[in-house]
Amino acid sequence: MDGKEERVQSAAAFKSYMLKNSTKSNLNLYDHLTRLLTKLMDEQPQNAVDVIEDISSDVKRGLLEEMQSTLQDLPETTADVELAKQQRLLFTRPKDVDHEEELVETPLPNVSELSFYLEQAGVGLGREEMQRIFLALKQLVESQLLLQCRLWGKILGTENSYIVAEAVVEGDDHSIDEPAEEEEREVDTQENEIDQLPQSTYKPPSVVPKEATGTGANKFVYYVCNEPGLPWVKLPSVSPAQITAARQIRKIFTGKLDTPIVSYPPFPGNEANYLRAQIARISAGTQVSPQGFYQVLEEEGDEEDEVSQSNYEPNPDFEGIPAAEMAESLSNWVHHVQHILLQGRCTWVNLEVKPGEESNEEGEADEKEEEPDEPEPEVGPPMFTPISQDAESLREQHYVINIGRKTDRHVQP
Amino acid sequence: MDSNSLYYSLELVAGSGHILTLEQRTALESSLVLLKKNYKFSRVLFWGKILGINGVYFIAQGRGEDEMKDKKNLYSLNCMDWFLLPPASDSMIEEVSKATKGRFMGDPSFVYEHQEIHRQGKGNEPVNEKAVITVTEEKRLAVSVHQIDAEVSVVPRGAFIKSPRGLVQLNRSFCGLSEAEARKLDNFLHFRQSKNMKKKSALDMGDWNPAMDYLDALSDDIPKGSWSLQFEFARKVCVLRSLLWFGLTFYHVPMTPQHGYIYIGDGTKNLDLPFML
Repeated sequence: MDGKEERVQSAAAFKSYMLKNSTKSNLNLYDHLTRLLTKLMDEQPQNAVDVIEDISSDVKRGLLEEMQSTLQDLPETTADVELAKQQRLLFTRPKDVDHEEELVETPLPNVSELSFYLEQAGVGLGREEMQRIFLALKQLVESQLLLQCRLWGKILGTENSYIVAEAVVEGDDHSIDEPAEEEEREVDTQENEIDQLPQSTYKPPSVVPKEATGTGANKFVYYVCNEPGLPWVKLPSVSPAQITAARQIRKIFTGKLDTPIVSYPPFPGNEANYLRAQIARISAGTQVSPQGFYQVLEEEGDEEDEVSQSNYEPNPDFEGIPAAEMAESLSNWVHHVQHILLQGRCTWVNLEVKPGEESNEEGEADEKEEEPDEPEPEVGPPMFTPISQDAESLREQHYVINIGRKTDRHVQP
Repeated sequence: MDSNSLYYSLELVAGSGHILTLEQRTALESSLVLLKKNYKFSRVLFWGKILGINGVYFIAQGRGEDEMKDKKNLYSLNCMDWFLLPPASDSMIEEVSKATKGRFMGDPSFVYEHQEIHRQGKGNEPVNEKAVITVTEEKRLAVSVHQIDAEVSVVPRGAFIKSPRGLVQLNRSFCGLSEAEARKLDNFLHFRQSKNMKKKSALDMGDWNPAMDYLDALSDDIPKGSWSLQFEFARKVCVLRSLLWFGLTFYHVPMTPQHGYIYIGDGTKNLDLPFML
């Protein structure tokens, strides 16, 4: 009997020891162990003995959080909630849409079909993201009344990325013109009539004029957004000076359109202009199509000097080239976008020729810049140069043909 | 990324623009399982793709008991047949850095050649000795994979712990970084032998845990800004992209233990980075 009493007493003593509140944290061991074992009973994790210490510290942390919840929750709007709200709008249909089946050609190409083919090439953004982008493009078309629109692609940036859409706007749009169009040649004249210091006769080279919207490098208008669902921003049209500067620098995009571009040689413009210049260069250099797919639009009254090569349309007689042949050589693929000349434009502009020495230099530049870099091919107008000719001017092979599945073919630049 | 999570994690990194086709994904799922069994790996990861001019290499990595030291890399051209890559030794790294230029060719037996001319001057007649260094593309592949792992492999803090025996292992109680933690670059660590254990001040070491903090944080990388941290996929997934090696993408879903990294790119380092920032 004594032994039992002793054991009961020592158990009671131990229990009161466990119930003593710790001086530091006001918890006691008894309650903590109770909670810990309850948690283990409820959750029954695997290999509990290995992770027991972590579970114990979790339980302790859990207590602290409970004590702090006496404050009211502020209605915080986190970034993802904001975005979800915006993206929800993508999924709503406007109520006044005619429910008749419209067989009119929609300005958008079949994006799900496109994303399937691109997926075969290993290029894509994931099916959900593509779906969101498709809805955002639809929204863009409806809000801006675009004639044609397609997804150009995505450019990654450090803080945010850009999703770029290429569009054809109806009518001439001169609304966004750079104020730097007219070169300000202010000559500092000193108003005093005493001896004037000799004036420098240096005149900076005249600015190459921008191409009009709808032609050359400005043939398409580009819209960007950071995430599908956020509003689209129209990019300003590109000027030749920006293209030449962009050829000389390499900068990573940050994701904000108004970031200044600090570089040497200095880039005239901010990130929106740099983005537009890069888009123009990429489009001009890499957009290809199977040979014969496009043909030049016949226009009346073509002058010999200015062959209007910027208009092309899908060739109705195009029968398709068998896939094996397409994958075999690069000469079956041609560029269908005008090449950007060294000057920064697609059509060469004869800047003001000065008399004297300079006319010779201009004359030389004249000959160099009159022809695009690619020599005249035997087939078709210079615009549809096969891309096999690119290899002559560039050192490395720039196009790679890959065969995706047995039924699909694609070209990866 | 872990082969078990391949079917959903590829979507999460698709924001970088590179995805695997359905055919490749299904082939990988079966072949990686076989690989794990044949080589007796404890975990097998799909490491990524290196795009060559005429072909593409798929790289897998198998991990043994110690996640940092027992690593084996394998490559395949068709997602089904895998070949072991030799471990990269210092001499191999040196050879490769001298001899290789430009992009990967896509053919593992392609040989890069480089001629070195040593001048052995004795008196007035220096003799030119030509030494030709040849490097196969396979070696170049092994070295590139090793370098990318050493420089830009990322894990969230707490995902791998050092056991008392010194082995680096997966932390099974890791339940993810919180949203706030995932926005800070110092919660992401390089998965390699620590190079610069800076003595941090007592303020920084508030939450210091020797089992978790034995790796270098990304925020200590030079140049600053060589990582891009974004929340993608409707702001749910934290995606880190390296600007030093274009194509390395790391993803982590906050508050879940899902994380992983993948490299899909052309296997060349971006040496212009300081000018591009």
